[in-house]
Amino acid sequence: MRIGKQCQKSVLALALLFMAGPALADLSLLNMTQGVTDMSNQVYGLHMTIFWITVVIGVLVFGAMFYSIIRHRKSRGVKPAKFHHSTAVEIVWTIIPLAILVGMAIPATRVLIDINDTTGSEMTVKVTGYQWFWGYEYIDEDVQFLSRLDVESDRARQLGSGVSPASVPYYLENVDNRLVLPVDTRIRFQITAADVIHSWWVPDFGWKRDAIPGFVNETWTQIDEPGIYRGRCAELCGRDHGFMPIVIEAVEKDEFETWLMAQREGSSADEASDAVASR
Amino acid sequence: MAQAESGYYVPHGSNWPIIGSVGLTSLVIGIALYLEGMGLGLWVMGAGGALLIYMVWGWFADVIRESVGGLYSAQVDRSLRWGMIWFIFSEIMFFGAFFGALFYARFLSVPWLGGEDPATSRVLWDSALLAWPTAGPGNLGLDWKPMGPWPLPTINTLILLTSGVTLTVAHHALKENNRRRLITFMWMTIALGLAFICLQAYEYYEAYAHLNLRLDTGIYGSTFFMLTGFHGVHVLLGTIMLIVITLRCMKGHFEADSHFGYEATAWYWHFVDVVWLGLYVFVYIM
Amino acid sequence: MTATTHDHAHHAAEATGFKRWLVTTNHKDIGSMYLLFSLAMFLVGGAMALVIRAELFQPGLQLVDPYFFNQMTTMHALVMIFGAVMPAFTGLANWMIPLMVGAPDMALPRMNNWSFWLLPFGFAVLLSTLFMPGGGPAGGWTMYPPLMLQTGTAFPFVIFAIHILGISSIMGSINVVATILNMRAPGMTLMKMPLFVWTWLITAYLMIAVMPVLAGAITMLLTDQYFGTTFFSAAGGGDPVLYQHIFWFFGHPEVYILILPAFGIVSTIIPAFARKPLFGYSSMVYATASIAFLSFIVWAHHMFTVGMPLAGQLFFMYATMLIAVPTGVKVFNWVATMWRGAMTFETPMLFALAFVFLFTIGGFSGLMLAIAPADYQYHDTYFVVAHFHYVLVTGAVFAILAAAYYWLPKWTGHMYSERLGKAHFWLSTISVNVLFFPQHFLGLAGMPRRIPDYSVQFADWNMISSIGGFAFGFSQLIFVWLLIKCIRGGEKAEARAWEGAEGLEWEVPSPAPHHTFDTPPVVR
Ligand SMILES: [Cu+2]
Ligand SMILES: [Cu+2]
Repeated sequence: MRIGKQCQKSVLALALLFMAGPALADLSLLNMTQGVTDMSNQVYGLHMTIFWITVVIGVLVFGAMFYSIIRHRKSRGVKPAKFHHSTAVEIVWTIIPLAILVGMAIPATRVLIDINDTTGSEMTVKVTGYQWFWGYEYIDEDVQFLSRLDVESDRARQLGSGVSPASVPYYLENVDNRLVLPVDTRIRFQITAADVIHSWWVPDFGWKRDAIPGFVNETWTQIDEPGIYRGRCAELCGRDHGFMPIVIEAVEKDEFETWLMAQREGSSADEASDAVASR
Repeated sequence: MAQAESGYYVPHGSNWPIIGSVGLTSLVIGIALYLEGMGLGLWVMGAGGALLIYMVWGWFADVIRESVGGLYSAQVDRSLRWGMIWFIFSEIMFFGAFFGALFYARFLSVPWLGGEDPATSRVLWDSALLAWPTAGPGNLGLDWKPMGPWPLPTINTLILLTSGVTLTVAHHALKENNRRRLITFMWMTIALGLAFICLQAYEYYEAYAHLNLRLDTGIYGSTFFMLTGFHGVHVLLGTIMLIVITLRCMKGHFEADSHFGYEATAWYWHFVDVVWLGLYVFVYIM
Repeated sequence: MTATTHDHAHHAAEATGFKRWLVTTNHKDIGSMYLLFSLAMFLVGGAMALVIRAELFQPGLQLVDPYFFNQMTTMHALVMIFGAVMPAFTGLANWMIPLMVGAPDMALPRMNNWSFWLLPFGFAVLLSTLFMPGGGPAGGWTMYPPLMLQTGTAFPFVIFAIHILGISSIMGSINVVATILNMRAPGMTLMKMPLFVWTWLITAYLMIAVMPVLAGAITMLLTDQYFGTTFFSAAGGGDPVLYQHIFWFFGHPEVYILILPAFGIVSTIIPAFARKPLFGYSSMVYATASIAFLSFIVWAHHMFTVGMPLAGQLFFMYATMLIAVPTGVKVFNWVATMWRGAMTFETPMLFALAFVFLFTIGGFSGLMLAIAPADYQYHDTYFVVAHFHYVLVTGAVFAILAAAYYWLPKWTGHMYSERLGKAHFWLSTISVNVLFFPQHFLGLAGMPRRIPDYSVQFADWNMISSIGGFAFGFSQLIFVWLLIKCIRGGEKAEARAWEGAEGLEWEVPSPAPHHTFDTPPVVR
C-alpha cells in the first residue's frame, strides 16, 4: 500500500514538472520548419506524412498492448491461452508494413531526385567551410567575403563572460557579413571545406550538405520570400563548431543586383584582408 | 548433435591471459609513445612484446601439454576448430577493409577527382585527366612508377601456390603416418614461405630504390603498401607457425587421425594464400 | 557420458582472494566481472553525460570549455558503447548461455578470461587520454578525419585502446559462437534454443564480421597521421568520406550488436510473466537473421548528406526502410505474446514492457530518419540524438536492466527488493522520457548535435531535458543500492525464481553452483 502511495506521489510530481515544461517553453519549437522554398515544403510534407503513418501504427500497436496489459493480467484471474503462432497473421503483418513502405518510398524518391538535380541554375555561390567561419564566393561575379559570428555573441559566449545570452540579440545566430541572395532565382551552391568537414545547413531551405575538404558538393535552392534566414554548421568540426552560424538575407532580384554592384566596388578595398577566402 | 562424448576439459586458473593483457597493453603504449616522439616508447614496446611472446609460448605449451596428455575430447577439438574458423573469418574481414579502400579509390574517389565529378575536378584541382594508378591530384608532378605484376609478384604467386601444394602433400603424409615425407614437405613449405618473404622484401627495396614508389606515394602507394604489407606480416606469422608445427612433427607430436594444431596452421596458410591471389589480381594486374 | 574433466593436477586448490579473479576460467566468475565492469562504466559514462547536460542546462558557457565538452561527448559514447552496453551483453552471455544450453562452461575458457581482462586495460588507456597534453579525443566517437587527425598526444593511444577493445570483443564473440554451435546439451537442437541464445549467436557473428573492419579503418587513420598514407585525403587521391563508408560498414551492424541481445532478453522475459509461450518463435529467429543480413547493406544512411550519387542514396534509403519489416514483426510478436496471457508486473516485466513501448518509439523515429530527403533536415540534429537514445537507453539499457532483475535471483540466490526495483523502474522511465523526448523537438526546431552552447530559443526544452537527465542519472543509484543489498542478503530464491520462467537455467539451484551441467542434461 505504502509503496503505491510513494510511487504515485513521485509520478505526480514528475508529471507536473513535465506538464509545466510546455508552459515555459516556446511552443512553436515543436516541429520542423516549413521553410521558404518549394523543396523545404516538400521535405516538410514527407516529414509529416511519415510522422502520421508512425502515429497510426503506434496507436494500433500500443492500443493492443495496453488493452492486453489492462485486461490480460493474472490479478483478474485470467487463465493464459496456449497459442503460440499463426502463419496467416504473421504473413499479414509482414505484407502490410511492406506495402506502407512502398507507398512511402514513392514520394520520397521523387523529392530526392529533385533535390539532387542541380541543372538549369541561374547563378552559383561557392561556400567554403573553415575552422570556424564560412567563406562565400559569387562565381563569375568577382565578389567574395568571409562570414563570422558577430562580435556581441562572440563576447557573450566566452566561458564566464558574465554577459547573459538573452541580452544579446540573435545570440549565436548573427554574423558580421550576411550571405545576400535573390529570391525567385535558381541558385546552385558549390559546397566545400578548407580544413575539416563542416556541414552547411539552413533549415528554411530544407536541406543541409556536408562541406568536405578536397571535394565539391553541389546542390540548389530557390527562395520564395524575401527575409532573413538563419542556419548553422551541422557537422562537428572542432572546438568552435557551435559558433559558426549562417545568415541568409533574401532580397528582390533588383535589390540583389544593386547590392552586388556595391560589393564589387567596395571589395577591391577589402580584398587584402579577405585574401584567405580565395584558395 | 552436439554432446560431450568423453567429458569436456575445463582448465582451471591460468596466468597467461593476464600476462597477455599486460604485454599487449605495454606493447601498444610503447608504440604510441614512440609515435608521439618519446624514445622511451621503444623500451616499453620491447618489454611488452617480450611479455607477449612469453605469453604465447607459455599458453601454447599448456595447450600442447594438455593435448598430448589426452585431456582433449572430440568436443574440445571441435571448439578449437570453430575458434580457428571464426578467427580466420575475422582476418578476412580485416583485409576486406583495405580491399574496400582500394576499390573505393579506384572506382569512386579517383574518377571523381579526375573529371567524373566536374565541380570537384574543375573548381578545386584542375585535374581532369587523373586516372589510376595515381598519387592523387596534389602530387601530379611526382615522378614515380607503379609496381607491375612481372616478374617478382608472378614468381611470388607461383611460390605461394606451390607451397599450398607441398603443404597438402605433407598433410596427406601425416594422415598416412609417413613421417619422413611429412617432415620433408613441411620444410619445403617453410622454404617456399621464406623465399616469398625475401622476394617481397626485395620488391619493396625495388619500389623505394628504383621506382620512387613509397608508402606516401598518394593513394596508390597507400593501398599498395598497406595491402601487401599486412599480407606479408601474415605470411611471416604463418611461416613461424609452420616452423613450430614442423618441429612438433619432428618431436613425434600429432596422430594420423587427430592433429588439430597442424590443421589450424594449414588453414591459416591457405587463407594467406587466397588473400595473395586477391592481391595479385587487384593490386598488381588490374 | 562422463563428467567434465577439471584440471586439478597442478592447481590442487583454486586460487583465492584477488588472484582468483585474475586467473579464473569459470564462466560465472567471468560473467560477473563483465557485468560489474559494465556497471562501473555505465556510471562513468553517465557522469560524462551529466557534465554535458549540466553545460546545456542554459545558454551560454558556464562550466566547461567547448573543447572539453567535445571530449565529453566523444568519451561518453565510447564508454557507453564499448564499456557499458557491449560488456553487459557479453557478461549476460557468459553467465547465461552455458546455463541455457546445458554446457559445463564456455567453449574456450582460458580465452574467455583474456577477453574480459583486456577490457579494463583498454579502458585504462582510453580514459587516461583525458589527462594527456591536448586532452582526450574530441572528434566524436565516429572519429571522422580530418578532424580526428587534429587530436593531440592522445591520438595513437585512442586508436590502440580501440584496437584492444576490438580484440576483446572478437575473442568474446568467437567464444560465444563456439559455445552455441558446439556445447549444446543432447536434444537441444538449434530451433529449440532460447531466443537469447539465438540473438547472441547472430550478434556474435556480426561482431566477428565488423570489429576487424573498424580495426582496419582506425589503422588507416593511424597511418594517415604518422606514415604519410593518403586514404582520407583528396590531395593524395583518397577521400575523407571513404573513412565514413568503412566506419559505418562497421557502425550499422554495431547498432544491431547493441540491440539484438536485447531482443533476446525481452523475448525471454515477456513469455515468463505472461505465462504463455512466445508468439512466433521461428519468425523471431528469421526476423533476427534478416535484420543481421540487412545491417550489412544500409550503412550509408548515416551519410545521406555527404553528397553520394543519387543511385547510392536511393539504394540505401530503400534498404534501410526494409529493416522496418522484420523489426515490426518482432514488436507484433511481443504484443501477441502478451495477448490473452496472464500477466504479472514484477520489475523485469516492467522494464521489458517499457522496452517494447519506448524502443518502438525509437524505431519510429528511425523510420523517419530513413527517408533520405527528410534526413537532409534531421541529420546531425538533436532529433538523431533523441532517436538513438530511445533505442540505446530505453532499448538496450532497459533490456539489460530487465535481464539483471530477471536473473539476479539466479546469480545471487536472493530475491531483490521489489519495492526498490519498482521505484527504480518508475523513476527511470519517467525521467528518461523527460530527458529524451524534448530532444525530438529541439532537433526538429534546428538544434545541431555536439554543440556546447545554443541560441536562446532552444533554452526551455534544454533545461527540461537536463532536469530529466539528472533525475535519470541519480535514479540509477537506486539500482546500485538494490544490487548491493541483493548480493548481501535477502529472501532466499528458489531454483525457479519466477512462476512462469522456462529454460534450463531454472533447473539448477539458486544461486547457481560454481560448476553446473558437468554432466549435460538431456533436452526432450
Ligand atoms: Cu561545425
Ligand atoms: Cu545505421
